Parts: sequence; structure tokens; C-alpha cells
Amino acid sequence: MTEAEIRAAIMTSLLTVAPEVPPDEIDPTKPIGPQMDVDSIDFLNVLMGIEERTGVEIPERDYAKVQTVDDTVKYVAARLA
Amino acid sequence: MPSLGADMDAGRLLEWYVQPGDAVHRGDIVALVDTDKAAIEVEIFDEGVVGELLIEPGTTVPVGTAMARIEAAGAARPAAAAASAPPPASPATVRPVSVPKPAPAPRRATPSARAHARELDLDLEDVRGTGRHGVVTGADVIAAGRLRERPIAEGAPEAAPAAPAPSVAPVPVPGDERTRLSPRARRLAEELGVDPSTLRGTGPDGTVTGDDVAAAAGAAATAPMPAAPDAPPRSEAPARPAGREKPGPERYAAMRRAIAAAMAKSKREIPHYYLTQPIDLERALRWLEERNLERSIAERVLPAALLLRATVQAIATVPEMNGFFREDGFEPSAAVHLGVGISLRQGGLIAPAILNAQDQDLSALMASIKDLVARTRTLQLRSSEMSEATITVTALGDQGVESVYGVIYPPQVALVGFGKVVARPWAVDGLLGVRRIVQATLAADHRASDGHTGGLFLAAIDERLQYPEEL
Repeated sequence: MTEAEIRAAIMTSLLTVAPEVPPDEIDPTKPIGPQMDVDSIDFLNVLMGIEERTGVEIPERDYAKVQTVDDTVKYVAARLA
Repeated sequence: MPSLGADMDAGRLLEWYVQPGDAVHRGDIVALVDTDKAAIEVEIFDEGVVGELLIEPGTTVPVGTAMARIEAAGAARPAAAAASAPPPASPATVRPVSVPKPAPAPRRATPSARAHARELDLDLEDVRGTGRHGVVTGADVIAAGRLRERPIAEGAPEAAPAAPAPSVAPVPVPGDERTRLSPRARRLAEELGVDPSTLRGTGPDGTVTGDDVAAAAGAAATAPMPAAPDAPPRSEAPARPAGREKPGPERYAAMRRAIAAAMAKSKREIPHYYLTQPIDLERALRWLEERNLERSIAERVLPAALLLRATVQAIATVPEMNGFFREDGFEPSAAVHLGVGISLRQGGLIAPAILNAQDQDLSALMASIKDLVARTRTLQLRSSEMSEATITVTALGDQGVESVYGVIYPPQVALVGFGKVVARPWAVDGLLGVRRIVQATLAADHRASDGHTGGLFLAAIDERLQYPEEL
């Protein structure tokens, strides 16, 4: 997958869970949680969406590495490499 | 029309799931009803054959109005589908009251609004209408009357606290023959056809006030809120159950009003006490992480599920936290119907119940949480889930604060809050370490328990979380 495709997959997963947030208002360098009011169940749904779209399953011990959109893109790309 | 929430005055029938001639059994879901908060599936508690459907889909009727005739063994008799369930833990619902269906709302004010305005000597021109097309409803007139009488309106919405503080208005409880009435209450009761002995008064010494009568009569019927769809989704459609429109902003506004009024009432009537305890979650979280490594994401169990499970188990040690406070005092419940505080994305908090949580192991509880959250977000809940919770826990707000000091949902007697899990310096075996800590709080009804009992409850939850294998 290209980086653009990975980013699209992540954004789609996020917006599925929080459809009322305008995508251009999401700062990819800042933590997602506070920006999009994502709770723990929402977060799980986001991860499931990412797994469906990229095949990458993110374990709990790596949660700290996927707090921002940019970090998540990097993480998924590294896992797919 | 059942009472599906303590602050519900009227409901709009969306759909019948049965037709004349269908056999119905206790527990069958027979209709879908729209309220301020959610579209709720209504269960029936009679057995028999559907005779006549008395209300058309799309109609709004006050709580208590007969919706259908159910015939049993050839005899035709009207039955109202009620929200109360068989277990002793069921809250009392408003006794069905024969109130005529409201006439179609005139362009400016509903008949009940006019009646209240006469009673309160208010000019309708001075009242802001919140019904559809700006129609003045009975609730608007009552609210205007309150504002005029008391400068600090108790019913006015309070600023929403930073941490979600869930609560719901109490369900009116049938009174006894010695119910006292204010003169206005007596007049309204006659006018509106309400039996005041069925009401619990909110006035001084339990006097039934005019407001209590008006509320019970379902006179404060809110116009049905249109479920306007949101802007077109920017992504592929989320996996939502088919056929439901996303609730529009007006529904959320109505819900916030209902919550605000309910919170004020809960705080006014329940003597709350608060306790807090930090709980070392490190062992439990490490155990959970190992367990989750062996499972797919779909089977992953959240820390919140651990907290809920520990709370359910702790009730076995301190049953005084689980049940309802009624006229005669506290009634413990054998079953644990666990209310879960769930925030709605457009604002507002709702706390539907996971029924019989005591019978569910950790995996089952996790599945129940996911299912409940999904249906709550689309406001598709069942009547029993809205009215049966015996205790409520709020544990899902990860973006929130460390401590949650909540407002109890009457007639429950306790609300357990869990804040954000935070890594903190901690004494471990005499050395300084870092542990992941969660702050547990208990809001409890001082009529049903005292601080010592509450302390035992938090200690029991703490204890269970130190032995996660047994959760």
C-alpha cells in the first residue's frame, strides 16, 4: 500500500466512527482522541477499521505509537514493509 | 403508551410490529416508539391476540394512552403495553390515566398550553414556543410560569460539568390516600382527569403540586422532533443497523433539556454523599494485555469491561448499592442491571442498562458493552434497557478527567465513576515505582447507605481488581 492509501484507510476508519468531524479540521500531528472525542469503544472500532483496510492489527502495547494520524501512518507503513 | 423514562410525557408511535390477529406473548416486542431521547422497542406484558390497533404510526400520544386492544380467549379488553418488567427490581410506572389524545396542535399553541396559561395567568404571547414551527407547548408555559415565580429557576438547565454527570428524572411513584394537594393541583387534577393519589408530590412535605399533576397528565407533550439526516457522510457508510436515520440536532437539544431538568431534580431530592479511592490497576492491565495478545481485535477486552465486571461482583459483598429507593425505603435487587454511562457524539449522556450483568463473564460483558454502545449511538434501545438499571457505572470517557463525581439516577441509589487511567508514582513493596492508577468514585444515596458501607463497596471493587484472573 502507498502512504496515501494508508492515510486514506486511517482517515476513513476515523470518520466512520466520528462522521460529524470535518476531516480538514483534524490536525494529523496532534493526538486524535481530544480532537475527535473518541472514547475507548470508538478507538477499538477505529482499530478494527484499520485492520480491515490495511490488514495491520495494532496490539495494546503499541497504543502509544498510534496517538496521532501521522504516527499511525508511519506505524502501519512500517508494519507492512 | 408506556413511560420509557421518568421524564417522558408523551411518545410518538413509529411502527407497529404486529397486526390484528397476531398472537402475542409476554415479552414480545410489538411496537417502535419515539421519545425525546431514542427510538425504543416496546415490549408487551399481556398474552393474547391483537384485536384492534388504536393508534396510527406517526401519532404522538401522552403516556398512559391505550395503544391497542388485546383479546384473550374471545373477551375484548384494552391493554396498554407497559414498560415495567416482572422482576421485583422494576421501577413503578405512571399508572395509566385516561387523558384524551391531544387535538392536532393549532398553529400557535397546544390546548394544554392554553389551559396552563389560563391557570397561571400568563399571556401566550410572552411564552417562547419550542414545539414544531414555534408552537407553544404545555411544557413551555409551565417553564415560563416557574421562571416568573422563582428567579433562580430550579428547572433551568445547569451548565454541563466537564466530566459527564449522568442522571434521569425520577419516575413518579403512586402515593397513598393521605396525599396532600395544593389548591392548584386539585383544580388541575379535575380539569385534566388525573387521579392525584397516584402521584408523589414534589412540594413541601410531599404535597402534590400543580406541576406534578400537569406532568403526570402528559400535558407537557413535546411536538415530535423530526429526525433530520446529517450532512452527507464523507466516508463509506458506517456499519449501522439498516433503516435508521441519524438523529438530528433538535433531538439532542430536547435530550439536553430533559437531562438538565432531571439532574436538577436528582440533586434536589437525593442526599448524595461522595467517596473516592485510587485503585492500582497495574496487575489487572498486565493480565488483560497478555490475554488480549492471544485474541483478535474483535475479541479484545477493554479495561472498562474489567472495571464494570469488578463493580458487578462487588455488589455481592455490598448489596446495599444495588436496587431502588422507594416510598418505603431501599429495595435491594437480586439481579444486577448495570447502567452504563455512554456519551452521545453530539452531546448528551444516556445510561441504558446491561440486563442481568451478574450472569455475564468478562467476554460476554464486553460483547454486551459493544452492542449497547452501538445501539445507543444510533438511539435504538429497548424499553427494558431504559428503565431497569439497578446501579450505574461511568467508565468509558477516556478523554475525561481523573475523577468523576456524578449525579445519581433515581430511583437508583449509587453511581460509580472511573476516571482516566494515569501512570503515577506509587509505593510498591517499599520502593518507589510507577503504576497505572484509576480513580474510582462513588456517589451514593445517604438514605440507603452511609459512608462506611460506601467505603466497603469501593474496597470490594479494589480487591476484585487485584485478582483479575477471577474476574
